[in-house]
Amino acid sequence: MILKGHAHVYGDNIDTDRIIPGKYTKTLDMQRLADHVLEDLDPEFHKIVQPGDMIVAGENFGCGSSREQAPLAIKTAGVSVVIAHSFARIFFRNAINIGLPLIELSSYNIETGDYLEVDISKGIVSNMNNEESYQGAKMPDVMVKILSENGLVEYLKKNKSYS
Amino acid sequence: MGQTIIEKIISNHSSQRVTAGDIAIVDVDLVMATDTTGPLTIKAFENMGGTKIWDPTKMVLVIDHASPAPNEGIAVLHDLMRKFATEQNIKLYDVGDGICHQLIIENQHVKPGQLVLGADSHTCTYGAIGTFSTGVGSTDLAGAMLTGKTWLKVPETIKINITGTLQEGVVAKDLILYLVGILGIQGATYQAIEFTGEVIERMTLESRMVLANMVIEMGAKAGLVDLKGLDLPYDYEILKPDEDANYTRIIDIDVSDLEMQVAAPHSPDNIKGISEIGEVQIQQAFIGSCTNGRLEDLHVAADILKGKKVHPKVRFIIAPASRQVFQEALADGTIEILSAAGASFLPSGCGPCVGTHQGIPGNGENVASSTNRNFQGRMGNHNSNVYLGSPAFVATAALHGKIVNHNLTTKEAIDSL
Repeated sequence: MILKGHAHVYGDNIDTDRIIPGKYTKTLDMQRLADHVLEDLDPEFHKIVQPGDMIVAGENFGCGSSREQAPLAIKTAGVSVVIAHSFARIFFRNAINIGLPLIELSSYNIETGDYLEVDISKGIVSNMNNEESYQGAKMPDVMVKILSENGLVEYLKKNKSYS
Repeated sequence: MGQTIIEKIISNHSSQRVTAGDIAIVDVDLVMATDTTGPLTIKAFENMGGTKIWDPTKMVLVIDHASPAPNEGIAVLHDLMRKFATEQNIKLYDVGDGICHQLIIENQHVKPGQLVLGADSHTCTYGAIGTFSTGVGSTDLAGAMLTGKTWLKVPETIKINITGTLQEGVVAKDLILYLVGILGIQGATYQAIEFTGEVIERMTLESRMVLANMVIEMGAKAGLVDLKGLDLPYDYEILKPDEDANYTRIIDIDVSDLEMQVAAPHSPDNIKGISEIGEVQIQQAFIGSCTNGRLEDLHVAADILKGKKVHPKVRFIIAPASRQVFQEALADGTIEILSAAGASFLPSGCGPCVGTHQGIPGNGENVASSTNRNFQGRMGNHNSNVYLGSPAFVATAALHGKIVNHNLTTKEAIDSL
């Protein structure tokens, strides 16, 4: 699967409180989450994000709470993939479990507004603006399988168990 | 090659002998969700085709994050949880019973050596009694409700050996803040921590819970506290690491010179000694949360505030960690002392810590808090500043209306007003 979109670049340690503040998490209305995504970090983001856009961040993206509302808010806002130097452990699992692809890149040269193409199955990110490509880290096989089913709900519905 | 404690626990719960880096499918002993994560968990469980959970005796639901319900939307979510608990015959702790992690330990839902998943990042707290417990999201929890299992990557382990003698007024909270400062907010990501050493051996269960609770602030998957010196009221097996177990790091620290520690805004790893903070006026002080809302925490605050009044410009809020904590503090006179000093008591729950309700600070305000996170906006207003410290730090700040160097004697502190 090839994803295409523009980059929104942020720094290190973007915590779940800044991805979706706790005061908005008590809802089953995913659009309500998307309306507040990243608002304490970048109040403009939820207004300008376009379907397919990509978040590009530094180290430890998604640290803090286990709230699955964090990747859900990002996905519902239309973001197609999150690229970061590294991810916090729980966020990583949550994102894959709800079918939001993540790519870990140890280094990249990407600026906000750059147009990216991402080959999810190969883990390759290409920056169309500077014509550079970057190879992402390999995920454990079990995560690749879960992501290929678009998340853990569909995976377990089909397989009934972990294998 | 020998095994660390977490490698042993995971091996005991899977069909293979594992070491760090292996992927294992494991049996789960308990699953837990709160009102932040429970409704999404229930939805995911139903979407997976789930009808009956694998073992109703192994699930606990807790209404604590926005409790009592502050609005209609949340009341509806609480109701959804209650109905699910009734239908599935699951234990549910309701409004005011307490904070999930306190209730799980207090009511003996977990034991040493077990493997527990909780849809809350501070689930790692049960490492205080040698349980491998870790935070997951709602969908992972739903998967465990359906299958009784989950998949895990076996973490590497950091051993932290703590020696010396803590100074008067320096407690487990200062120790864990200090460690978060050294290792950093992602210093233990994907790893487990084993806490050991003479300082740990002298700690109460409550203090050990503080250590295990905040390992997630270093990104850790689990924090297992040595069981030596702990007396639990039931039979259990003590798992010890093998002598030739493999650690990624062994940290030896003598904490005899450690002063009171504070996490300054806006990150739990922005740690400073109390003497480095300088004068910061505060408008709100909060004692509570799964980190520091227990009886020994209220006792410390009462010792500092007995016969005194908190500063007139400070709102002093306390949410005991559970109803049991509240009742014990009521019975021994602690509540009376704190109330007379000007404290307002909230129902047991998470509210102010997580910015849901009941104690959201105003613009530009500073809060002294005994909780675990001070990310921007954490307490519900991104224009406020949260300073994290021990209950003694919070009570002293409440008394003086500002952050005061606790290393001074009380008399000196009062003279400096």
